[in-house]
Amino acid sequence: MKLYYKTLKDLPREELFAPGHRMCAGCGAAIAMRWITKTIGPNAVIANATGCVEVTTTPYPETAWMHPYIHVAFENSAAVASGVEAAIKALKRKGMWDAGDTKVVVIAGDGGTYDIGLQSLSGMLERRHGVLYILYDNEAYMNTGIQRSGSTPKYAWTTTTPVGTAVKGKIQWKKDIMGIVTAHRVPYAATASVAYILDMVNKIKTALEYTEEGPTFLHIYAPCVPGWRYPENKTVEIARLAVETGYFPLYEWDHGKLKLNPPSSNHLDKSKRKPLKEYLKLQGRFAHLTEQEIAEIEKELDAYWEYLGKLAQL
Amino acid sequence: MSLPKAAELPIGAVIPEPGSTRRNKTAGWRTLKPVIHDDKCIRCQLCWLYCPEGTIAERKGVFQVGNRTYDVKYEIVYDYCKGCGICANECPTKAIEMVPEAP
Repeated sequence: MKLYYKTLKDLPREELFAPGHRMCAGCGAAIAMRWITKTIGPNAVIANATGCVEVTTTPYPETAWMHPYIHVAFENSAAVASGVEAAIKALKRKGMWDAGDTKVVVIAGDGGTYDIGLQSLSGMLERRHGVLYILYDNEAYMNTGIQRSGSTPKYAWTTTTPVGTAVKGKIQWKKDIMGIVTAHRVPYAATASVAYILDMVNKIKTALEYTEEGPTFLHIYAPCVPGWRYPENKTVEIARLAVETGYFPLYEWDHGKLKLNPPSSNHLDKSKRKPLKEYLKLQGRFAHLTEQEIAEIEKELDAYWEYLGKLAQL
Repeated sequence: MSLPKAAELPIGAVIPEPGSTRRNKTAGWRTLKPVIHDDKCIRCQLCWLYCPEGTIAERKGVFQVGNRTYDVKYEIVYDYCKGCGICANECPTKAIEMVPEAP
């Protein structure tokens, strides 16, 4: 990651994401969208998969976007972005493109990335299109009413993984999307959180510059007020606790090298991480957890950190 | 708000006006209203940074607060503030107070 913005004073001031959209009060994804649009600047084309962000920002005939924007289905946002990128390249070759260095950015939720859009994402990464793919992860299908997705963590309550006597929340573990993406040997992939904006905008800018070489990927953690069941003023606090407890490590994959970013860079030592309980207890979707289940999640998390530690040594 | 007739809309669900959700003032969503107490504000920019709506505006100028002088001031655009309270929760000096809206 290159340091484009050192302090908050260096951040771009121009707002490119209009207010008046219908995202929930305190939406984590809204914070992410605001900073994505600010950082990529006006010369970019955005392809948006179906999802919370698409539904709430484009209530026809209005739009919150100020970029050239195309909404496509759940499964083909990466395919459409590939086409846009190829078209720009072809027009440039013929000397018919006068807009300069236009970037192509995909914005998709966890449903459009982990589950439904995985094939088109994989195709885009394999064909090496110069597109920045941004995943905002709120860990379920929120706008249709909180259904579980491949990203929902184990034991989390959703409407399709209810908490009862036989089943207590989701049965399976969360999918490791970063592992899938880095297996495509992309030039750059990184995780970011809405609580660490400076880290996030530097990663967006770095990923955007690396699109010269090929596809880049960003995984942004965006808490969801109605889906995670917490008071709406706690969004940033929860996103911060997710990083501080080691639940969502911040790291980047730069040309085959994995590097942990602060504050996660200190977290390989378990004693430096806050207890996982602090993160879980703030959310209603984890309210049913017993000590035993928390211990099980913690054990899995430790194993994940061990894996990250080994990757970081490569 | 008056919506255009079907025949007046461009074909293919194209929205020609960027940022047109500005017509939809979301102030009515609010039950609690953030109020910045300027005397406690240290200009750390965190409210501006974390606002999901971008409703915290930066005003440039010379502002005398007590015996300190600042070149910037933060104000809330109440037309769009949904009253989530992230700003008040993140404020390190507790300079933002959430006040109930008048019924």
